Amino acid sequence: MKEKIADLEEKARRLRVAIVKTLHKSQSGHTGGSLSAIDMVCALYFHKMRHNPQDPSWEGRDRFVLSKGHAAPALYVTLAECGYFPSEDLMMLRRLGSHLQGHPDSKGTPGVDVCTGSLGQGLSMANGMALGFKLDGKDNRVYAVLGDGELQEGQIWEAAMAAGHYKSDNLCALIDSNGLQIDGDVSKVMNVASIGDKFKAFGWNVIEIDGHDMGQIISALDQAEAHKGAPTAIVAKTVKGKGVHLFENKASYHGVTPNDEELPEALRCLGCCD
Amino acid sequence: MIATRDAYGEALAELGGENDKIVALDADLSGSTKTGVFAKKFPNRFFNMGIAEANMVGTAAGLASVGKIPFLSTFAIFAAGRGWEQIRQSLAYPKANVKVVATHGGVTVGEDGGSHQSVEDIAIMRAIPNMTVIVPADGEETKGAIRAVAAYKGPVYVRLGRNKVANVFPAGHKFEIGKGNVVVEGKDLTFITTGLMTAQAVIAAEKLKEEGISARVLHLGTIKPLDKELVLKAAQETGAIVTAEEHSVVGGLGGAVAEFLGEECPTLMKRVGIYDRFGLSGKSDELLKYFGLNAETLIEQAREIVSRKK
Ligand SMILES: Cc1ncc(C[n+]2csc(CCOP(=O)(O)OP(=O)(O)O)c2C)c(N)n1
Ligand SMILES: [Mg+2]
Repeated sequence: MKEKIADLEEKARRLRVAIVKTLHKSQSGHTGGSLSAIDMVCALYFHKMRHNPQDPSWEGRDRFVLSKGHAAPALYVTLAECGYFPSEDLMMLRRLGSHLQGHPDSKGTPGVDVCTGSLGQGLSMANGMALGFKLDGKDNRVYAVLGDGELQEGQIWEAAMAAGHYKSDNLCALIDSNGLQIDGDVSKVMNVASIGDKFKAFGWNVIEIDGHDMGQIISALDQAEAHKGAPTAIVAKTVKGKGVHLFENKASYHGVTPNDEELPEALRCLGCCD
Repeated sequence: MIATRDAYGEALAELGGENDKIVALDADLSGSTKTGVFAKKFPNRFFNMGIAEANMVGTAAGLASVGKIPFLSTFAIFAAGRGWEQIRQSLAYPKANVKVVATHGGVTVGEDGGSHQSVEDIAIMRAIPNMTVIVPADGEETKGAIRAVAAYKGPVYVRLGRNKVANVFPAGHKFEIGKGNVVVEGKDLTFITTGLMTAQAVIAAEKLKEEGISARVLHLGTIKPLDKELVLKAAQETGAIVTAEEHSVVGGLGGAVAEFLGEECPTLMKRVGIYDRFGLSGKSDELLKYFGLNAETLIEQAREIVSRKK
């Protein structure tokens, strides 16, 4: 177990390096929210989800919905690391003609199942998938990653109500609770606290964790899978920009990419010498 | 050369000082939409509603019904898109005095890609009864338009852009809702344009002059209500119309002109715009070129339509 956690931590470190390099190259995209979500995305793809990079449309695969679609770089570097497409593609992020669109696009990118980017819509689609799997008697699971600012969208709570109502225990929502959105602190812009209590009120199983502690992430994911009769919400306390002190806890790095001066320091923080 | 959204920020903050009934709402994009300028000056009259556009529209309707003049802003895709039915039911149906000022319209949103590029907002706003739809060409026209819509009583949709655009109008330009502007005189064809395409039409008209083609440029800063008088005059006097907009050819400016002329004065017509597809990631200028939203396309279309006239 210890080894497994250390492995995942090393993977996550490498994925952070890839995020920073990708965003430095594109000079457009979302740094903070990609770095806050990456530990959870890493644990999902390299520990929890059943999926097959050689066969992206394999019927038995679990589904991943990046409801906070602006964290696309976190998903793209992970898919590349899994082998869904060559990592050279990352250098084409957001370029004209690239399959790596600014926000996830299922029409072009292998391994991407849903189009997201307009916040608030992902949890509904994830619950729809979960209901469909149940209808077919299948045991595929569905995972959705949400932003804490994103929780301000009313549709999130319509989806929470529906998933609780239909007891979608094959659905797990992971909330990247980094406390920031574009205009500043979530608590100041439009307070969404207490997130766990809100999901509980809609009949969800709620687990609160440190979203950068790999041991806590995988144990929460295992508990979510074991929990029957209700969907699970993993409320993960995270740090926006995690891993690079230049970007940590700064709303200003929401949609700003590492520049030439910041790149060496960012890579150094991530234990990268090349 | 400034972005229309920057002109909006300036104009709204200025109006805020003149009329304390003006309030502003935003949905976590106040830095980008420039309502932040107003927010800084009048923090008590600014409401950040969080990432909750539908609720923002309804809240604005409530504020209007107790006598406030709300300006609400977010990106065009989230204002017209997410808020569509709330705009229809809570603003347009009761004729609520709310101004929806949407920024980042069209493909010049750029790298964010198709999910963020509204190519259909003019069409879906225009389809709603009681709505007024305004798409300024530049910063000066934007300032005039914001002033005009503040004075007008009723729901309005104003579509602004992300990037700096060339000036078409002089400083202090007076904006009249529903009135177009003949920016360049001409007799062989008329470019009927809106938003950033008007500046392109002016360039195209200059180049065409060298080839002996005289192109009129009719800018429609208001798409609804349509300036029927100037459109009809253009059709009758030049006999050929090329419309251009940073928007789908379905239901926008081209659609509005075609609907009107189809009934009143069938005229040779071409529509320059996005041909029924979504946008995609890329740099703004690359995308404008990719979709043919530039003077070159207008010149080609003008040559073709003039040759068809003969
Ligand atoms: C419906 C909608 N409204 C607005 C936006 C613009 N937007 C993109 S990211 C963002 C802030 C998201 O904050 P949060 O969910 O907390 O994400 P994170 O902090 O993880 O980046 C906003 C407002 C959007 N993408 N979709
Ligand atoms: Mg956040």
